[in-house]
Amino acid sequence: MIAQEILDTYEMTIGIECHVQLATATKLFSGADNDARDKDPNIATSPIDFGLPGMLPVLNREAVTLAVKAGKALNSDIAEVSRFDRKHYFYPDLPKGYQISQMYQPIILKGYVDAPLESGETVRVRIHHAHIEEDAGKLTHHGTHSLVDLNRAGTPLIEIVSEPDIHSAAGAKAYATELHRLMTYAGVTLGNLYHGNMRFDVNISVAKKGAAELGTRAEVKNLNSFRSVERAAQYEFERQIEILEKGEKVVQETRGWDDASGRTSSQRSKEDAQDYRYMPDPDIPPIVLTREEIQAIQETVPELPSYYRENWSVLGLDSSVINTALNTHAVATLLGDIYPLRANKDAVLAEFEVDEAGYEELVKKIFNWFVSIPEEEIDTDKLSSGLVGPRRLLGLAKLVASNKLSSTTGKQVFVEFFNEAYDGKSALEIAEVKNLIQESDEGAIDAIVDEVLADPASAKSVEDIKAGQEKAIGFLVGQVMKKSQGKANPAMAQQAIRKKLGV
Amino acid sequence: MVKISDFLNLSARENVERALAKAREHEAFHALLSLSEDRALERAAKVDAGEITGRLAGVPFIAKDNFLTLGDTTTAASKFLENFKAPLQATAIEKLEAEGAICIGKANLDAYAHGGSTENSAFGPTKNAHDQARVAGGSSGGSAVVVALDIVPFALGSDTGGSIRQPASFNGVVGVKPTYGTVSRYGVVAMASSTDTIGVLSADVEDAELVMDILSGQDRKDMTTLPDFFVPTLIESPKRIGVIKEFMTEDVDADVRARVTEYIEAMKTKGHTVEEVSLPMVKYALGIYYIVVPAEISSNLGRYDGIRYGARAEASSLGEVYGLSRDQGFMPENKRRIMIGSYVLSSGFFDAYYLQAQKARTLLINEFNKIFESFDVIVGPVAPTPAFKLGENTEDPVKMYLADIMTVPASLAGLPAVSVPAGVTNEGLPVGVQLIGPRKSDALLLALAKEGEK
Repeated sequence: MIAQEILDTYEMTIGIECHVQLATATKLFSGADNDARDKDPNIATSPIDFGLPGMLPVLNREAVTLAVKAGKALNSDIAEVSRFDRKHYFYPDLPKGYQISQMYQPIILKGYVDAPLESGETVRVRIHHAHIEEDAGKLTHHGTHSLVDLNRAGTPLIEIVSEPDIHSAAGAKAYATELHRLMTYAGVTLGNLYHGNMRFDVNISVAKKGAAELGTRAEVKNLNSFRSVERAAQYEFERQIEILEKGEKVVQETRGWDDASGRTSSQRSKEDAQDYRYMPDPDIPPIVLTREEIQAIQETVPELPSYYRENWSVLGLDSSVINTALNTHAVATLLGDIYPLRANKDAVLAEFEVDEAGYEELVKKIFNWFVSIPEEEIDTDKLSSGLVGPRRLLGLAKLVASNKLSSTTGKQVFVEFFNEAYDGKSALEIAEVKNLIQESDEGAIDAIVDEVLADPASAKSVEDIKAGQEKAIGFLVGQVMKKSQGKANPAMAQQAIRKKLGV
Repeated sequence: MVKISDFLNLSARENVERALAKAREHEAFHALLSLSEDRALERAAKVDAGEITGRLAGVPFIAKDNFLTLGDTTTAASKFLENFKAPLQATAIEKLEAEGAICIGKANLDAYAHGGSTENSAFGPTKNAHDQARVAGGSSGGSAVVVALDIVPFALGSDTGGSIRQPASFNGVVGVKPTYGTVSRYGVVAMASSTDTIGVLSADVEDAELVMDILSGQDRKDMTTLPDFFVPTLIESPKRIGVIKEFMTEDVDADVRARVTEYIEAMKTKGHTVEEVSLPMVKYALGIYYIVVPAEISSNLGRYDGIRYGARAEASSLGEVYGLSRDQGFMPENKRRIMIGSYVLSSGFFDAYYLQAQKARTLLINEFNKIFESFDVIVGPVAPTPAFKLGENTEDPVKMYLADIMTVPASLAGLPAVSVPAGVTNEGLPVGVQLIGPRKSDALLLALAKEGEK
């Protein structure tokens, strides 16, 4: 462990390369299925992916369209002419002996991403460029032999290369997270990190604060979660400082990340770096796009996170709430439909019997449900089917705001919105079916309070209250809630207790 | 020699049997690597039953063994693919089959089409149809010889730097190298992707024209193919003919020059204007070619690694699988080109060699474009000599490369070029004349060649 005072004298500099798997139906250069999930090895392949003699690549235009969309999300210009090149190396998962990539004239040019930090600040990361390329297959090792699976070979990717503009592990995580939002919002990728839809290579170097030159960098490859990006960056920061503090030199190399141990380890040093013998690919004519074509494609890109942040800023929510709500595109679009109100504003306010301020309170409740309820309890994939619409959510928020449901039972109803068994049922209907409506009937509450007070178990508390110990009221209210199975309005219960005990 | 029309409206089965018998009769020339008798007879039965009709119904042909075909192996004349059976067919084969033509076998070539004599075949050289002591030319040597020997009326070849034209010239048959992009390369073992073209060798021009008409056209499986522009045509007005000065120097065999000059004189008598034309850039063409083409070869041959198909050497590590499989699978000439190509693409040399060569290539193209403002067609010999002796050039690769000097310029510029028989030398060896035109002038070249036959 290095002392914090020493760490504080250093600064890290990070650039990130991110591989994004494009959500095309077929592969980049063949008609084979691009979705290899749950498929047997070498099923999602064609003779082209297999690299048979005489096979030629046929560019999937859908991949080009998605790259143009990605360019918009990255605030980048799109090249009117871009080309493919061959990157040569030998490995059993690379069927042709080369990977088709874009070395010299990439399709996506300079841009930037504004990534929100948890502190509420924003870090601007410039994009150097992004290019289209094909993925390689997969190799698994089994003792004396290895097996090749080409299902992933030829899957279209874009590789987004950032400038070294990040100076903290939190910043690296923020950038990775924001890239994920941008790419999923723009419809470029399915964004499934578990299936490796986005993979991050983190280039990191350290130097004394204020130093004129950057240190020697190490590249941690193939990180597939935001958290591992952050942890790997922090680990490398400390590892490299430790080396420098000992007066030694950081080696330029590729390192791997082990999530379980939380450490990086050396994989390949620069001396082993291959000469890729890049060459323009003569089989593929250049991609030529007119300004009009680029514009027409980019007009179809849905609203991006910045649009929602701007619209929601007036709600006064914590930026972490907003950014968490923005993590899933479907949640963002749903919340975007709820707030701000547009043409139908007056009708909606009338329907839920609120003024504008009251409406904002309803909206905040909805935000908090989405942010506070664990991902495992609600399947946000179901949002795309329209299962959970604005009207149901607002109806539920209104029930809670008007004390018909407690915040606890409100959450229960919210979770049930994602249950197809209650499809089409309003919040009130679900609450009634589940018998969750808060008891606000004075007579009914009085009856329960009487029961509680008559219970010998309450005797001690009653005495305490009469002796002026206010806290004891809470216990009795709790008893009332218990007896009512959580449905009693707690404020009314407290009032009834005070009245009956004359305090 | 036999023509397509000699086979039409006859029993397809008899056509196929006749061709197969002829092929066996001429085994000494080693023009063929395999016969696909079963499949050919099967297809013949379908033609005879009227299930397959078309402009080539029942006509037998032979494909260079770098075209993927069903029925037998596709070896590219290499040990590596000695037992390789393709699961699909080249677009060119599919198009011919759709017109009723029947592929009866596969012709010998220099392994992976690297060479100009068919001596680089892993299975032994093909002998010249006119003199078995001489080379067939190459790399489509087998395709030229099977036509010259009357086994089939036409054969398919590929031409990357002269591989159709030069063997056509050495064996006295017609050879067509179309404009780059005219015919789909899908399913043909790639040599150098930016100059690979698919064409035909035939006994006469009219047959070549028909086959080109069938083969040409855009293929969605090959992004470099052009929309079909090939329309057979006739010569209706005098053309401006340029004689390439650099190809008619004293370095060129006297008999070759004499035959070419006679051919040009005959063009004059048909009313065409003939002038000498200089192409100063062609002296760099060979240098450009032997940088760009090996670069692409080194890339295209990367897939032959012993992992997924082809011969895999016994080895104990991954590095050995690669090293030994490639060592055993490739011929010396393949290795030479892979090494040159890898060298010119390596970092530090890429700019000086590959990029520089591509720039020079652009200058060559510009020069051709300029010349075609003043000329409709330019002519010259196909090769500086008639067919040389077997073994004569095998010890000296540069001497072998020099034999390509007249064919590589059109390849680098993507231009159509036709090799037409122009008589024989005093020793009785065939000489070919080469007609080169601007891009997409393929039909015009064939019309001129047809006129020249009369």
